[in-house]
Amino acid sequence: MKKFLTILIFNIFFVSKSFALIEIDITRGNLDPLPIAISPLHVDIKSEKFDGLKIKELGEDISKIIEDNFRGTGLFNPLKKDAFVQKPDIAHLKPRFEDWRLIKAQALVTGKLLVKNEKLKVEFRLWDLAAAKEMTALAFTTTPSNWRRVAHIISDKIYERLTGEEGYFDTRIIYVSESGAKNQRVKKLAIMDQDGANTKYLTLGNELVLTPRFNPTNQMVTYMSYFRNMPRVYLLDIETGTQEVVGNFPGMTFAPRFSPDGKKIVMSFAKDGNSDIYTMDLDSRIVERITDHSSIDTSPSFSPDGKFIAFNSDRSGLQQIYVMRSDGSDVKRITFGNGIYGTPVWSPRGDLIAFTKMRKGKFYIGVMRTDGTGERLLTENFYQEAPSWSPNGRVIVFYRETKSGKKGEGFTAKLWSIDITGYNERRLNTETDASDPSWSSLLSK
Amino acid sequence: MIRSLIYSITFHSVLVILTILSLPFMLREPIDLPPIVSVELIQISDKTSIPYAPKARKIIEETKKKEERLVSEQAPPAAKAKEKPDRIPLPNEKKEEKQIVKKKQNPEEIKPQIRQSSEFEKKEIVDTNQIAALIDKAKEEEAIKQKKADKVTQSNRKNSFATGLTLSQEDALRAQIFGCWSVPLGLPYDEDLLVRIKLQLKKDGTIMKSEILDHQRMNRPGQKFYKVLAESALRAVRLCQPLKVPPTGYDKWKELQLNFNPSEMLKG
Repeated sequence: MKKFLTILIFNIFFVSKSFALIEIDITRGNLDPLPIAISPLHVDIKSEKFDGLKIKELGEDISKIIEDNFRGTGLFNPLKKDAFVQKPDIAHLKPRFEDWRLIKAQALVTGKLLVKNEKLKVEFRLWDLAAAKEMTALAFTTTPSNWRRVAHIISDKIYERLTGEEGYFDTRIIYVSESGAKNQRVKKLAIMDQDGANTKYLTLGNELVLTPRFNPTNQMVTYMSYFRNMPRVYLLDIETGTQEVVGNFPGMTFAPRFSPDGKKIVMSFAKDGNSDIYTMDLDSRIVERITDHSSIDTSPSFSPDGKFIAFNSDRSGLQQIYVMRSDGSDVKRITFGNGIYGTPVWSPRGDLIAFTKMRKGKFYIGVMRTDGTGERLLTENFYQEAPSWSPNGRVIVFYRETKSGKKGEGFTAKLWSIDITGYNERRLNTETDASDPSWSSLLSK
Repeated sequence: MIRSLIYSITFHSVLVILTILSLPFMLREPIDLPPIVSVELIQISDKTSIPYAPKARKIIEETKKKEERLVSEQAPPAAKAKEKPDRIPLPNEKKEEKQIVKKKQNPEEIKPQIRQSSEFEKKEIVDTNQIAALIDKAKEEEAIKQKKADKVTQSNRKNSFATGLTLSQEDALRAQIFGCWSVPLGLPYDEDLLVRIKLQLKKDGTIMKSEILDHQRMNRPGQKFYKVLAESALRAVRLCQPLKVPPTGYDKWKELQLNFNPSEMLKG
């Protein structure tokens, strides 16, 4: 009994002690872009020459790409280099943290590079200036002509370390390049780095191409092309350039898209005058019917776990978005708002669905939860559609047509990107007009 | 005949039980009238009669007196003064004397200094056995003093109505940290995002020690975001240094726990 009492008294004593500690809840912070200093990479004096590269400026060039990548996110504020107080060679070894803190930087990127024996070796470090410690350090070796990719990979590593989610810089965007007058449009398949560099054209433009889509697991693309007025679904390997026809499909075929494991494609086509959703196994080429309804069902998109498919259908009158199990059962309507909804695309994170909405002559790109709640319209314009997610599910790329010419007789189509918060809308630079973008997964995974 | 009777009885009883059970639910809920608030209409005359004012004054005076008493309890220099003569005859302990003088000037820092001196003394015991006895004496005295000091702080806590910071002090601190905290944006919506950081502060609000309380979680697989979040919280605290702490009551806030949780912000 005595023991019990002493324990009790002891407990009471400790409880009163623990209550004495003051606790303060911090539930808000600022969402201002994080100030970051990206010091030019130090070029080792032992570096050898390499054809087509200005070695001396390479350090500056790489840091410039990293800086542009970060500024483009809207989440970081790369500081002006004029304010930097330490030279790159010294900063890389041991930065004077106080000096960098003085210019209000919270993080610092330093690095050095060496070109030797036709190999480029790049080393970088990310410093936490408040804690005065190194956050991450990595080194890469590659062929010198790959230097842009190195800059993107470094950007991804830093982004991941500072935000907690994967980056999206070492990626590519495939799109339909358009040129010529409206009734004589030449459409070619084109691919570029996410920052607009390294544009390559993959088709000649003799035939109409539509809706290129990346395989989420590798660098394969599926797209549609009209051959003698018959729609065909193609598979294209970007690395090797080889193409193959997946199949001829009757009537109107729309928007083939890969399943998350990359083994199937899902699409819609009209059979007996009625458009439904089908999947096709790429190995066996067996086509399976998923929906069977008298309405028009189009634009299917798999959830990242492969268990569900989102699609749009006019089975309730106006076109709305529906979600079903991947075998076609359990169809549920998820949009009930005013207007017409289309092109649902499931986020790679699995938490959101991006869509296009048409209402009162205007087009909106928006996101909502997978049950249709929490609808947020991110951007509004006269004509815009075809959202595609960045591999980390943070940014959406889409295309927008605007009128051009003095009287608005012509039009231009450009690619735009926007953060899922609705901020940081910006135009991507493309050589020609562009539509139907699709964002690849990370090249280096 | 009997069988049908049994059926009848059982079915009837089932019906009766069902009605008994379900009737209350079928009843409409009683209309919830708002509680009646009685209002006294008071006419305001030109002259005001304030019968409660003297009472209030009394209460104020009483509390003031209490506080005064407390202040007198808090100051223990008298106890220290006694210590001095005991120590004078020791020529070897000049350093200690200096410390004691310091204590006198700064009565709030009694605790840590006592610990320091006692450790110092332990070393002395090892070195010189001769003055061990004297030191023990000093130790005893200090222990008594420490107890006294403890008592004072405890009574302080009991008597003061606010055990922590006042609301405005807390708000000032919170607002300061809001400004310093750059919330990482890649956080998942459906995970627990609470980061608890325990701080030990100096009197000027600078940080002596900071500790993430759930730091094991930082290295767990699939919790990469937590590490980023925790680091951002730590960065915020460091950037905010010195924290806007109140000028008095160091004992109350020398240890603080900050609970960072951006969930609400991200949802909104």
